Amino acid sequence: MHKLLTEKPGEKLLLLGNEAIARGAMEAGLAFAASYPGTPSSEISLNFFQIAQESDLYFEYSVNEKVSLEVAAAAANCGVRSMCVMKHVGLNVAADALMTLAYVGVKGGLVILTADDPYMFSSQNEQDNRYYGKLSGLPILEPSSVQEAKEMIKYAFDLSEDLQEPVIFRTTTRINHSTAVVELGEIVKPMAQGDFVKDPYNYVTVPAVSRNLHVTLLENMKVAQGIANNCRWNFLEGKGTLGIVCNGVSYAYVKDAVVELDLWDKVKILRMGFSHPVPDLMITDFLKTCTRVLVVEEGEPYMEEAVKVCAQEAGLTLPIQGKGHDLFSRLYEYDPMMVKKVMTSFFDIPFKAPEAIDLSNIPDIPGRPPTLCAGCSHRAVFYAVKQATQGMDVIHPSDIGCYTLGFLPPLSMGDFVICMGASTSTSAGFSKATGKKVLSFIGDSTFFHSGISGLINGVFNNHDFTLIILDNRITAMTGHQPNPGVDMDELNFPGYNRIDIEEVVRGLGVKHISVIKPYNLSKSVQTIKEALDYKGVSVIIAKEKCTLYAKSLKQLKGKSFEINQDKCKNHRDCITSIACPAFYLDGDQVKINATQCTGCSVCAQICPEKAIRPVKIS
Amino acid sequence: MNTTKLIIVAVGGQGNLLASKVLGEAALLSGVPVRMSEIHGMAQRGGVVESALVFGDGESTIISDGQADVFVSFEPAEALRALRKCQPRTVSIINLSPSPPFTVAIGRGVYPDIDEVIRLIKEKTSRLIAFDAVALASQAGSVMAVNMVLLGALAQTGVLPLPIENIRKAIETRTKQSFANINLNAFQLGFDAASKSI
Repeated sequence: MHKLLTEKPGEKLLLLGNEAIARGAMEAGLAFAASYPGTPSSEISLNFFQIAQESDLYFEYSVNEKVSLEVAAAAANCGVRSMCVMKHVGLNVAADALMTLAYVGVKGGLVILTADDPYMFSSQNEQDNRYYGKLSGLPILEPSSVQEAKEMIKYAFDLSEDLQEPVIFRTTTRINHSTAVVELGEIVKPMAQGDFVKDPYNYVTVPAVSRNLHVTLLENMKVAQGIANNCRWNFLEGKGTLGIVCNGVSYAYVKDAVVELDLWDKVKILRMGFSHPVPDLMITDFLKTCTRVLVVEEGEPYMEEAVKVCAQEAGLTLPIQGKGHDLFSRLYEYDPMMVKKVMTSFFDIPFKAPEAIDLSNIPDIPGRPPTLCAGCSHRAVFYAVKQATQGMDVIHPSDIGCYTLGFLPPLSMGDFVICMGASTSTSAGFSKATGKKVLSFIGDSTFFHSGISGLINGVFNNHDFTLIILDNRITAMTGHQPNPGVDMDELNFPGYNRIDIEEVVRGLGVKHISVIKPYNLSKSVQTIKEALDYKGVSVIIAKEKCTLYAKSLKQLKGKSFEINQDKCKNHRDCITSIACPAFYLDGDQVKINATQCTGCSVCAQICPEKAIRPVKIS
Repeated sequence: MNTTKLIIVAVGGQGNLLASKVLGEAALLSGVPVRMSEIHGMAQRGGVVESALVFGDGESTIISDGQADVFVSFEPAEALRALRKCQPRTVSIINLSPSPPFTVAIGRGVYPDIDEVIRLIKEKTSRLIAFDAVALASQAGSVMAVNMVLLGALAQTGVLPLPIENIRKAIETRTKQSFANINLNAFQLGFDAASKSI
């Protein structure tokens, strides 16, 4: 049985934040969930996917976040408790649905989980999704700990049903990827089957209907604000006159500082867990008892602005600060010592930071950036493109996935990356604006996610670029989630269909389509040259399973390679041109780590001395 | 209870997430409050994986620079890179078997001299336990057991507020059954290696 389906209320388990959230949803009777995977939220979806195999939960990996929200929104409007899980930037994709869904509302509880990533551990930006609460008018809940995340998810479904509105559940990486001891509650059996009651004057958002629905949304916001002013997620601690307003993980750092410095009689904390609409009355009452207020929040000054508005409306003039010089930054994530230092300096509390060790004589450590795996077929494609475009001035828009890493030297394949799917559309802009050759990259999952529309646009507007679809048959970067191109039968998940990328591309009207096997370098180079010669939109599909995925399926058949040291003349073309991590230097000699090498043979095809050969089994 | 802060650094694939999990389970068995934090995602792409474990009362799940009480590095160069996490009284446990990053192979950096790594860490922290954990893991039956060797050495220091028996029990129940014996052997070899180290 799945660990998160353990039926022992009161039992304590060590759970990852994302597991605690998935468990909380089970305790809330979640019936229907949809997601597009994205770090740091991925394990929530993964657990739902696994749980769905052995329970009444319906779960799907949808093609993108907008689709997943729409799928879940319909289910919720049939009265079943639904959830939609995504990373922060996913909500940008789903925003179109979100904004008007807020007008329409829901019948069954709908919780939209968005995982922000301060410091951008694995994201292209660190946007603060609390502003989506303001933008859409929907309530926002944000937990401060793993245990609280589990409890708050349950509440989120109740709140959603009380308000008949979706609820945004906002986490940050340090909630998703922290682990703590969590006490289990009771699992509630989901009400899996719903029904849709037609009500076009509340569901079909033509202008005349929406004019009424916006009124309802504003009324709901008022009700939500009343709840925020009186709910257990917004609470006070301490009895001093130095006020601290905080949320999420910042609360943990503030509380530890208060305990360690023994400040409970000096400091009073307002912890905001229900942060949109802001608990205005509570904030105003809090401000009236304070002489000075510090707002501690990672990201944007969302609460700071709200607190200042409350002060202005109440005619209060006490100092309220958060972001600023010598205070907190809008950049990156916070940590306990940083919070302790800012707090003590802002409140003029004596504090001597502990002695640090001297790092001045530590030598520079060679970088260890994330890199494409040994044997990754993306490397082979990038190398082939480099060969095929030698002496040419080519722009390479790329996209979001493992292959984004191709921008690093020595491959240096990737000139412009902004968001999922943008490779296909930016190709058009670069080509038109410069008149130069454009060859772009996109992965299979990203192509289905949002690359298709840019390709259609390219064909319709008669643009001139070559797109390489790196079809590694899985959503690799986020941990091997299925996408519409995956062979689900091979994974023993019957009941799915498979969409063939080549047929899709042909159906979109692309006239020049070719398929390459990336490990065959000379053929790949030839095919790429032909595509570049074609005037118009050409597509190359590079087909090779992700090596990690193939390994997990026990399909990696290649034997590892070695270097014949008698033949090797130490040109080092192998290392310097493809930088496969299976290579290492033993003194002056180039060697191949046999446990890492997958036998892709790409280096053997590059070596001018033909010194790289399969390991002979004696 | 007071907190004990542990930082573990490793290269993706070296098994530090499992090591953290074992310690977390051992804390749960011992009734010791525990919070852990780690960064996923890039781990399998050859990057650095850093885990923070905080034992004892409190709320924070991460550890600021200069705050680690005890520090485990699965790789010598990574130990230097993460040294900012340590303070003068930190106890360090370092695997001396290097995994040079590919940047060294392509000439974009020089791998630090191992003796220099040892000298620097000794100079700056209170106690250093440094040995070839890969060799001991092989001796225990699998190079994959480096994590358990280092856990053994960590247990020997007595810095963590966890009974050693509970760490053993967590290894038995939370690592793959087929590897349990190898893992326990590796744990013991690491423990013994730390006992011999001054």
